[in-house]
Amino acid sequence: MWQYIVRRIFIGMFVLLGVSMIIYGLIRIAPGDYVSNLTSSNPEVTQEMIDQLNELYGLNDSIPEGYSKWLIGVMQGDLGTSFIEQKPVTEVLSSKMWFSFWMAFPAYILQILIAIPLGILSATKQYSKTDYAVTTFALMGMSLPSFFFAALLQRIFAQELGWLPLSGMKTARMDYEGFALVMDMARHFVLPVMVLTVLGIGGLMRYSRTNMLEVLKEDYIRTARAKGLSESKVIYKHAFRNTLIPIVTILGGMIPGLFSGSMITEGIFGIDGIGNASLAALRGGDIPFIMGATLFMAALTLIGTLVSDVLYGVVDPRVRLK
Amino acid sequence: MFFNKTAEQKEAAKKMKEIVKSNKAIIKKFEDEKKRKNVPASEYQTAMKNPDNILEIDNLHTYFYTDMGVVRSVNGVNIEIPQGKTVALVGESGCGKSVTSMSVMKLIMGPSGQITNGAIRYNRASGPIDIVKTPISEMQHIRGNEISMIFQEPMTSLNPVFRIGAQIEEAIMLHRPDVPKSDLKAQTIKMLELVGIARAEGVYASFPHELSGGMRQRVMIAMSLCCNPKMIIADEPTTALDVTIQAQVLELLRDLKDKIDASILLITHDLGVVAEMADYVVVMYAGRVAEQGTAHEVFLNPKHPYTIGLIKSKPVVNQLVERLYSIPGAVPNPVNLPNHCYFKDRCDKCIAACNGAIPELKTLEGGHKVACHLYTQGGH
Repeated sequence: MWQYIVRRIFIGMFVLLGVSMIIYGLIRIAPGDYVSNLTSSNPEVTQEMIDQLNELYGLNDSIPEGYSKWLIGVMQGDLGTSFIEQKPVTEVLSSKMWFSFWMAFPAYILQILIAIPLGILSATKQYSKTDYAVTTFALMGMSLPSFFFAALLQRIFAQELGWLPLSGMKTARMDYEGFALVMDMARHFVLPVMVLTVLGIGGLMRYSRTNMLEVLKEDYIRTARAKGLSESKVIYKHAFRNTLIPIVTILGGMIPGLFSGSMITEGIFGIDGIGNASLAALRGGDIPFIMGATLFMAALTLIGTLVSDVLYGVVDPRVRLK
Repeated sequence: MFFNKTAEQKEAAKKMKEIVKSNKAIIKKFEDEKKRKNVPASEYQTAMKNPDNILEIDNLHTYFYTDMGVVRSVNGVNIEIPQGKTVALVGESGCGKSVTSMSVMKLIMGPSGQITNGAIRYNRASGPIDIVKTPISEMQHIRGNEISMIFQEPMTSLNPVFRIGAQIEEAIMLHRPDVPKSDLKAQTIKMLELVGIARAEGVYASFPHELSGGMRQRVMIAMSLCCNPKMIIADEPTTALDVTIQAQVLELLRDLKDKIDASILLITHDLGVVAEMADYVVVMYAGRVAEQGTAHEVFLNPKHPYTIGLIKSKPVVNQLVERLYSIPGAVPNPVNLPNHCYFKDRCDKCIAACNGAIPELKTLEGGHKVACHLYTQGGH
């Protein structure tokens, strides 16, 4: 098992190397770098100043040169300094990722609590009215664009009813502290969490439903019934434990992704998380931050797949990792 | 072009819609009946035709309402199982053998599969009951306790995520409150030893995937015997096993049957197994009984051309045959069964009467019964 994990991490390093190379190349080719963004609207800037700025931000280096400088920095644990924030990238990432996390984590828990029971309910009552209702609801959630659903919620809960704040992370000019601050921020996170939850339920619910249906057709379920077990024991013990195998695997794999933020939802609700910051960095040509954020997300994805592989071995006695 | 269906396609689509609609109505009727709560015991109490029988299957019809039409898997079957005897149910694949046995346990997969007619009288200690009318809640006391089942596929019939011990203990815990919790493990290991598993302690803590097919089938047998059932339904218990293991498993079943004085309904398509085990034989063809009698009678003196064909197609050791006999053709499509004898098209002994009505089961001398026109006018 340990050997397996170490090998996977080793392979992961090479994947990250490839990812960072491609991203670096792409950003450098893309038009509108940081210095030209900064200077284009100012007629008093001279060519000399531009050259100097380019030199300062390392934009005069060729792509391979720039990349190797960045890579050497990373090797020494230095992701560089964000152009826009003028702070070390690691510092920016570690402060913003918690906002993303506290937005994604409640949504993740709610998704699990809602989607799995719904999936099982509609599987055990396949082709009934309940099944159709649940499936329709889930599909609607899945196919709603997040910006539309977010706007809808803002309209209803913030503008019409006035129950919840429209956007942002805390109420302006109210210098809350301690518990009051936490409560105030929680109120601001309700709508984004709702959006993420509703969008995520569909997929997870369909997944549990399909898995449950498949398991219910298995021979060992028939054996369980033939033993004389009650229908609830058959479903919630014998079938559910088997349905959990693939579900736990994907859920475990989702955990690292909770830190990676979501651009659209964060953007709409003005949550100052990783997604929002990456979008700003992309617009502004903030190379160190884009590189740092991309590397961070790629690493989270790799950890996610690793976690789900390891969990597979934990929940399914038939699987032993080598 | 894709939207212009031919007249035939339209016709087929229309027909299918009609089938689906009529199926829905029929299924709803049966499912509503199943959902009824607190069914009074008087409704399913009955009387045995012969009190020496443990089970009487009487005119059983089990249909599957599919989108292609109604599949008449079991179409009027009568089987009697005397107390303490072994009855073998023989026939090709798709003859309705397994469906018959599942009907006895009420394990037919709904909503498409339904027992539509007939009775399954079970001679319970507390008085005979009709299983067809018995609610599932009551069946749960019978399944695995009084009637238990050994399934065809030992490889997939055990739950992969629970240990063997836990799976057997579950049944004991459910049906035998007299066994104290502290004795559960000892009892389970005793069962495993009973079915000839050498390192019972080790197997107790194993997962199903760590065992071979033969071992798993032994575990299945141990599980089905752990509550001392009065009747065991063995649905092709040896089909998935190799010959040596097969002999061991059969030997085991026969020994155990004598030990706990159970009756066995043995389903198989292997006539060798039948000769080894059975007291009575029922030959099924396309959902109906073709011939039945004592094992001795049916083997030495087969009447129905189908039985004769089956016996002829069994390989015999020490006999040189150019090519093994096989009955030509296949079992008819159960959706569109013909309205003459179902075996007519494959039979080499057809007479004029075979084009007429479907032959009824006729009793010949010595309780031997056959459903064939050859025997209707006092012999051939």
